[in-house]
Amino acid sequence: MNRQIRGLAAILLVCFTLLFVQVNLIQVGNRSCAGAIGAVVGSSTCRDDLDSDQLNSRAILRDFTRPRGSIVTADGVVIAKSVDSHDQYVYQRVYPEGSLYGQITGYYSFVYGSSGLEKRYNDDLAGQTLSQQVESLSDLFSNTDTSGNLTITIRDDLQRKARQALGDQTGTVVVLDPRSGAVLAMWSNPNFDPNPISHHDTDTDHTARDAKELLDKADGDPLINAAIGSLEAPGSTFKLVTGSVGVNTGKVTTEHPSYPNATRYQPPYGSPISNFDGEICGGTLVHILAVSCNSAFAEMGTETIGPEAMLAGASRFGFDSKPPIDLPEPKAVSTIRPPKSDEDPNRDFTRELPQLSLASIGQGPNVATPLQMAMVTAAIAHDGTIMTPHLLDVVRDTDGKITRTWHNRSWRRAISASTAATMREAMRKVVTEGTASVMAIDGYDIGAKTGTAETHDNTMNNAWMVSWGARPGAEPSVVVAVVVPDVPGYGNAATGSRIAGPIAHTVMQAALEHP
Amino acid sequence: MLIAKVRRRTELGLIIIGAVIVAGAYALASLGHTASLPADIGPFLGIVLGLVVVAHLAIRRFARYADGLLLPVAGLLNGLGYIMIARLDSKLAGLQAVWSAVGVAAFIATLVIVRRSRDLQRYRYTLLLLGIVLLMLPMSPLGKEVNGARVWISLGSMSFQPGEVAKLCLVVFVASYLVTNRELLGMATWPRFRPFLPHPKYLGPLLVAIGIALAMLVVQNDFGQSLVLITLFIVMLWVGTGRIGYLAVGFGAFAAGAYLAVQHVAHVRARFDVWLHPWASYHEVGGGYQVAQGAYALAWGGLTGTGLGLGSPGLVPEAQNDFIFAVIGEELGVAGTGIILIAYLILIGCGLRIAARSTDRFDSLLAVGLTTLLGFQSFIIIGGVTRVLPLTGVALPFVSYGGSSLVASYVLLALLMRVSDESTRRVADERAHAEAAPV
Repeated sequence: MNRQIRGLAAILLVCFTLLFVQVNLIQVGNRSCAGAIGAVVGSSTCRDDLDSDQLNSRAILRDFTRPRGSIVTADGVVIAKSVDSHDQYVYQRVYPEGSLYGQITGYYSFVYGSSGLEKRYNDDLAGQTLSQQVESLSDLFSNTDTSGNLTITIRDDLQRKARQALGDQTGTVVVLDPRSGAVLAMWSNPNFDPNPISHHDTDTDHTARDAKELLDKADGDPLINAAIGSLEAPGSTFKLVTGSVGVNTGKVTTEHPSYPNATRYQPPYGSPISNFDGEICGGTLVHILAVSCNSAFAEMGTETIGPEAMLAGASRFGFDSKPPIDLPEPKAVSTIRPPKSDEDPNRDFTRELPQLSLASIGQGPNVATPLQMAMVTAAIAHDGTIMTPHLLDVVRDTDGKITRTWHNRSWRRAISASTAATMREAMRKVVTEGTASVMAIDGYDIGAKTGTAETHDNTMNNAWMVSWGARPGAEPSVVVAVVVPDVPGYGNAATGSRIAGPIAHTVMQAALEHP
Repeated sequence: MLIAKVRRRTELGLIIIGAVIVAGAYALASLGHTASLPADIGPFLGIVLGLVVVAHLAIRRFARYADGLLLPVAGLLNGLGYIMIARLDSKLAGLQAVWSAVGVAAFIATLVIVRRSRDLQRYRYTLLLLGIVLLMLPMSPLGKEVNGARVWISLGSMSFQPGEVAKLCLVVFVASYLVTNRELLGMATWPRFRPFLPHPKYLGPLLVAIGIALAMLVVQNDFGQSLVLITLFIVMLWVGTGRIGYLAVGFGAFAAGAYLAVQHVAHVRARFDVWLHPWASYHEVGGGYQVAQGAYALAWGGLTGTGLGLGSPGLVPEAQNDFIFAVIGEELGVAGTGIILIAYLILIGCGLRIAARSTDRFDSLLAVGLTTLLGFQSFIIIGGVTRVLPLTGVALPFVSYGGSSLVASYVLLALLMRVSDESTRRVADERAHAEAAPV
């Protein structure tokens, strides 16, 4: 009988070994399969990444039932916080400012997940970053609140000013500090109130679901932060890039070349590029920028600079890259490249020069996010360097101790300091002598560029204004970019100045006067 | 005498270590859950220690030669299970504490009543009858249905699963029947002109008994217990007769039956599909939700677990019962599940060692049956939770919530210890004789 007992022992040992292997596969390998080692029945029965599985509510539940830090503006306004919910989730997320910061904080929903800063800095808010955890190692045996409070770079006064200035118009206002990349305001219409969508729904209460359905159906994607997520033709504001690339490559100076006075520019082949209203313009860099001369910049991009240098120069400003800002997707990629076609399979203008002519004045294939045009302006304002745009300032624990700080860093060296100085001088002239006179503010040093891009078969215009401002004797400390897309009416060079100008002016003045 | 002394001293030492581990885990679970030490930690340690020490003293008195590992390991499993149950539901915890005490009492009572294992052999038909009556009880007006399986009886406010105890009766019957008829069952004598089977006269009663037992369980919709019983019978036939053919034919027949059931019985098919693709029926009633949650819970535990009191066992249906292994895995990680598996392996190892060392065939086969019951029941439920096998609900011995399972497990433990005590005593006596006798 002992032979059989040994056999039985072997069988049971094999059984328990199978269990042990399977347990390790699930617990360490995060993978659940039917049968032993997934081999007996085949891997079609397996499910991977159990911890982050969409049906596994542990991660969400863990975060939901934990204290979560608040989000506060640079000037101390609380824009997101957790309060007692008196239900199974323990906490309810509330946004005291409603829609004013909806696209920045995002929402925090048990059903729909999270977006915006709630998503980007989830670990910091929940107290789950390594530094927060190590900090509390000594409190291993008690449930210490390790949650972090976020202070962001947004100035509440500027955010309100942007909302007030834009009013009911569809559009976007972005305000940056070019010296650090700090985002001082970021507002767009349409937008949303994150409160209802973050509501804890029950069987009878469908607040969150109804809100989400309404937002999904609404015009203009209110859930998407247009400053980083929507692409518009930048129009004449892009002439800043064309001019900068020209100067930076040494092909353009303030004296040379002088572009011919003309009503239009004829590319080597294809359709000509006309000036607004058939006006005659031409001359050297500073003058053609001040009057926003299409024919001159089209020729500069197409012939003086050429396809390769234009593409390389634009990408140094951040085109063809995702905006590096500390917000989660969706982010849109700005680009001047033509769409892939039979003529131009590489999207590099080699056989599409008329497209390059259009791209050089911010039309045709050229599309950019509002943040991208703000970064172009910031590069010129900050001696050619684009600082990484960011919203985070510091994270503090509940005792006020800092657990994370944003360290300013440069993202791209777009142009040289001397090119930047030349372009700043040219932008000053746009304000004092050119199309952006609306931007002048007494006692401050201001540079700006208007833009009016034709859209929808020339029946609509994107109105743009990008600008920098400096306090007397100081380097530029504010960049304001405004776009109001799809303004109806026949194209007019003054549209950018007329529609976007007053908005940019109001915000710029507020930013400079109340530091 | 020396052997008994060493064994009892080892046992006591291990019991104390186990009790300290359990009390420490109890304190940790409370800290994790409510961030405060439980007020009753002192009394808790006292009761845990008290219960096992009482059992230990009973062993000293009634089975002092018995193996010294079984009780401490069983006590540890019981304690860990209790902590998880206490963390899930304090009301259930109170009941489980009472059942643990009843279990220890049953353990002592078994040692006191069954003074010699041979006594059991004498009552084999009585025990068979008792087993079948117990299995039939849920079909009586006393019975009630829980989760589709009619395996419970209620006595006042108490519920009991008589099948758990019935299994022990059946083990004793089968062991004793096989020992008595071993020679005849080991030979092919039928049909006469070309014999390939034992004579129906000898195999018949066994098959009838087994058939009735299985029929009861199938009617009651209890797949888990059926699986345990089938495995038990096949293994005992094989070990008892020494003929591997029983193993082959038994499992062949079982596999064929299972295949037919999967093909033709809708709810068996459903279970099989849930095993293969639990996520496909995740949102359906009776679908893969529980199995998927079990996998999530285990996976969430990782290597070391969330820590006691810090997981989300509430997400797993039947967490205190069939799925207690998964929630232990969530809070204690591979470290915890590994310990559970090793604990069962130790119990199995001890059980089979007792079987191998016993010089009495009945004792030996009884130990084999009891160990098979314990080992395969653990394997079947852990395998079901981890998807090694399709899920069939049975209790995890010593760990799951439930009085019947706990009491039956303690009785099983006591019987194993009785067998161990007898065989060791015999060896010790012989040695003492040999030393005493002049050469």
